Amino acid sequence: MNSAVSFFYFLSFLTILSAVMVVVSRNPIHSVLYLILTFFTLSGHYILLNAQFLAAVNIIVYAGAIMVLFLFVIMFLNMKQDHEESKTNLTKIAATIVGGTVFVILFGAYRKTAIEPFNPQTYDSQIGMIESLGHMLFRDYLLPFELASILLLVAMVGAVLLGKREIGERHF
Amino acid sequence: MTLVEFLVKTATIVAVFGLTLVIAMYSTWAERKVAGFIQDRSGPNRAGWGGLLQPLADAGKMFFKEDFIPALANKWLFIAGPSLAMLTALLASAVIPFGSTFRIAGHEVPLQGVESNIGILYVFGVVALGVYGIMVGGWASNNKFSLLGAIRAASQNISYEVAMGLSLIAILMMSSSLSLGEIVAQQHGMNWNIFYQPLGFIIFITCSFAECNRVPFDLPECETELVGGYHTEYGSMKLGFYLFAEYINMFISSAIISVLYFGGYNYPGMDFVYEQLVKSLGTEVGHNVATLIGTAVFFGKALFFVFFYMWVRWTIPRFRYDQLMNLGWKKLIPLAIFNIIITGAAVLFLKPVITAWLN
Repeated sequence: MNSAVSFFYFLSFLTILSAVMVVVSRNPIHSVLYLILTFFTLSGHYILLNAQFLAAVNIIVYAGAIMVLFLFVIMFLNMKQDHEESKTNLTKIAATIVGGTVFVILFGAYRKTAIEPFNPQTYDSQIGMIESLGHMLFRDYLLPFELASILLLVAMVGAVLLGKREIGERHF
Repeated sequence: MTLVEFLVKTATIVAVFGLTLVIAMYSTWAERKVAGFIQDRSGPNRAGWGGLLQPLADAGKMFFKEDFIPALANKWLFIAGPSLAMLTALLASAVIPFGSTFRIAGHEVPLQGVESNIGILYVFGVVALGVYGIMVGGWASNNKFSLLGAIRAASQNISYEVAMGLSLIAILMMSSSLSLGEIVAQQHGMNWNIFYQPLGFIIFITCSFAECNRVPFDLPECETELVGGYHTEYGSMKLGFYLFAEYINMFISSAIISVLYFGGYNYPGMDFVYEQLVKSLGTEVGHNVATLIGTAVFFGKALFFVFFYMWVRWTIPRFRYDQLMNLGWKKLIPLAIFNIIITGAAVLFLKPVITAWLN
C-alpha cells in the first residue's frame, strides 16, 4: 500500500470517528469542536485530491466563520442543566426515521452512480488548482456563477433588513 | 522526494519554528523596554546585560508556578484553549518567504518552509482559526468575565477578518497570484506594493491590530470592565502560552505586512549588490551572501512593524466597544470595497496607458 492510500484510510477513519463523535457527544460544545475536526479532515481529503483552493476555502468559510458563529450561539445558551425532558421517545423515534431515510437515499444514490474509470493519459492533475478553477468558473460556468452571487446578495440584503431596528423600537 | 530533500525541508521548518519562538520571546523583552523608553524609565535591567535574560527568568517563573484548574471548569477544554492559541499562532510561519534561495553544492534551497500556490489563503485560514483558542479557553473557565472576553474576541476577529480579506483582494488583483513567494518576487527592487496600495495597507494594518487583540483594539482583555478578559482564570504556563501566542501573532503579522506591502527581502539597488558580490565572491558564495543581506532586510522590516505595534500600544488609548464595531463594519469594509473598485479600474484602464506611455 503506498503512502497516499494509507493516508487516505487514516483520514477517512478520523473523519468518520469525529463525525460519529459529533452525534454521540453529550456536551454541545464538544459536538461543535468535533464538527470542526470533521471539516479539517475533509480539507485533508481535498488536499489529497489536489484541490488546494477548495481545502483552504473550506477551512476559512466553515471552520473559520460558520462554526465560530455556532460556538457563539451555543455558548450563550445555558447548557448546564440537561434538558432531558425535551428528548422524549417520540422525538427519538422521529429523528431515527428521518436520519435513516437520508441514509437510505444517500446509499441508493451511491449505488446508482457510475464512477468513470481513471485514465492516467488524459487525466489532468492540475484540475483542482486555483488557476484552472478560475478559468472554469469565469468561462464555462459564468452564468451560474453570477446567478449564485445574486442569490447571495439577496440573502445579504434580507439579513440586513431583518437585523435592522425598526423606527421607534427600543435601543437596549 | 528523496531523503536529502526531506531532511533539508525539515531543517528549514525547524529553523523557521525556532526563529519565530526566539523572536517572540525577545519581543516580550522589547515591549517592556519600549514601554520604559516611552514612559521615561529604564524597563527591565536586572537579569543579564540590559535585562536580556528577563524572558528566560519569566519563563522559569511561569513554569514553577502552581498549575491550577478551577473546580467547575471543563478540564480538557481548559487545557486545550492555550494549546490551540499557541498552535494556530505558530502555524502561519510555515509559508512566509524569509529570503530568496541558498545555493549549496548546485542545489537551490528556498528560505521558506512550504511554497504553496495558495499561500495567502493558508495564512488567512490560520488567522480565522486563531479565535478558537480564545473562545474555547474563555468558555471552559466557567467564569462570566472569561466568557464575555471570549465572545468579544470572537466577534471582533470575525468582523475585522472581513475587511482584512477585502483589502487583500486588491493585492491579489495586482499580483494575480496567491503564492507569497510569487507576490514577493514581483516586488523586485523598489517596486513595493505600498506605493500602489496605500489605502489597502492602512486597512490591512488596522485589521491586523484587531486580529492580534492589540491596543487600541484589546477589548477582550479590557481590565476595567472584564477583570482579565478571557484569561482571568488562567495561571502559570497556560497563561504564559496565551500571552506568548499574542507575541507570536504580532511577529507573524508584521512578517506578512512586510511580505505583502513592503517587498519582503527586496531592497533598492539589490541587483547592483548582487552583481558586485557575485563578481568578488564567486557565484555560489556571492549568491548566498546576497540572500543573507535580503533576509536581514526582511527581518529589519518585520521587526520595525513589531516595534510599531509596541509604539501604538503605549501611545493610544483603547476604543470603546461600539466604536470598534462601527469602525470595522461601517468604515473599513466600505473603504476596502472602494479600494477594490479603484484597483480594478486602475489595472484595467490606467495600467495599459502607463505602460504604453513608458515604452
